[in-house]
Amino acid sequence: MSTHFDLRPILSGEYGEHILEGLKVTLQMAVITWVLAMLLALILVSIRLSGNVYGRRFVAVYVAYHRNVPTLVQFLLWYFAIPSLLPDSMQAWLADFGYEFVFAVIALSLCEAAFFSEDLRSGLRAVPDGQMEASRSLGMGYIRSVRYIVMPQAIRNCLPSLVNHSVTLFKNTSLAMAIGLSELTYATREVENYTYRTFEVYLVATVTYLVISLALMGAGALLARRYRIEKAR
Amino acid sequence: MFDFFDIIRSNWELFLIGQYPHGPVGGLACTLMLSVLALLIAFPVSILLAIARISHYRWLRYPLTCWVYIVRGVPLIMFIFWTYFLVPLLIGHNISAFMTMLCTLVLYQSAYISEVIRGGIEAISKGQSEASRALGIGYFRNLWYIILPQALYNSLPSLVSQFIGIIKETTLGYIINLQEMTFAANQVNNQLLTKPFQVYAILALTYFVLCYGLTQVAEALERRIERKRRNKGDMTAATCAVSAAARE
Repeated sequence: MSTHFDLRPILSGEYGEHILEGLKVTLQMAVITWVLAMLLALILVSIRLSGNVYGRRFVAVYVAYHRNVPTLVQFLLWYFAIPSLLPDSMQAWLADFGYEFVFAVIALSLCEAAFFSEDLRSGLRAVPDGQMEASRSLGMGYIRSVRYIVMPQAIRNCLPSLVNHSVTLFKNTSLAMAIGLSELTYATREVENYTYRTFEVYLVATVTYLVISLALMGAGALLARRYRIEKAR
Repeated sequence: MFDFFDIIRSNWELFLIGQYPHGPVGGLACTLMLSVLALLIAFPVSILLAIARISHYRWLRYPLTCWVYIVRGVPLIMFIFWTYFLVPLLIGHNISAFMTMLCTLVLYQSAYISEVIRGGIEAISKGQSEASRALGIGYFRNLWYIILPQALYNSLPSLVSQFIGIIKETTLGYIINLQEMTFAANQVNNQLLTKPFQVYAILALTYFVLCYGLTQVAEALERRIERKRRNKGDMTAATCAVSAAARE
């Protein structure tokens, strides 16, 4: 470890670029994962709320699995175990595409979808059935009722937990380093190995993570203000 | 299909206790030891944190609020790296992977658990504190005899959930070569090479059984507490205040 605190060698030159490259991968992964997880969560929650018994059971098992198995184990399972079940041609195609990234995104979005769907479900459940019935009897269509009547109330109910889980999603992208995806944490580790400026490198990475997480929490707070409770009833 | 049983039969020791007689305790035993120790140490720390976060002293409240936000915003892996790097500098000699994980988990989880407990404390009506202060009970006696027993009891289900979180977080020890269950599974996988799916499925299933069982415990506790609250209403609080006053 070098004795003088100096951020310059970390933030500029090839090391700076390396860290920036890692940050880019982290952000890409976070955004793609969030979108996929949210879409999947919407599908899951509509299956769960539909009357079908088997559908409901399937979603319950899906959620229980993803909530009770550690995220890291899910990453390992997808990265080490699932490819061995695929045919060789598919494996080759995936290897071209960037093995780690694809499986990291799959693993994390499947996992976070379970959390999102639970958030959405508890949010929707808190909206009384009468709301839907009233809007339908006033002549609004199903989509319009969901869009204007049910969803605004449901989002208000579940916004805090959705934001929390979005922050968790962002933080969990760092687990992808365990399967060798060169995102921010992995890049941090590498630069630390090259430069031995442990303190500075970790500081840069920690502050980067913190700033983005706080920005997410702040954005959540702003959104919550838009959907504030005093507008209701 | 029979691969599963073959793998379990020939490797169950590694999964359960690691290389124990010939090395450190590992496998499931290590995972459980680490989680229980982390919870036991983090719990009192988090109570202090929660009390500090609702105190009237700004110099106490602000830095700790910042700390909780830092913990909530930074991935656990970064904390593990920091502990790995800073603790040896502070105490002058290297520490084992187990101690690194333990320190990190205590630091990290105490912040999360303090949020749970703070929620529990804030959910108790102000009348409780006012009543006990009116009866002449001091600040700390009020916390200790009136507020905390109720707050902790109400937050019991969330505490079990946090324990599940700790168990899941011990898997990160794998990254710093702590020989817990995930590491053991990886060892088995490296020996067999051809059956990754079976090995990792066993691993996932073990975690699932452990954590799902605890989830059921948390839900049962929640139902029980809900029932009790409905039956007794605010009577419990009143009796609490009276018995504390009687102890004076």
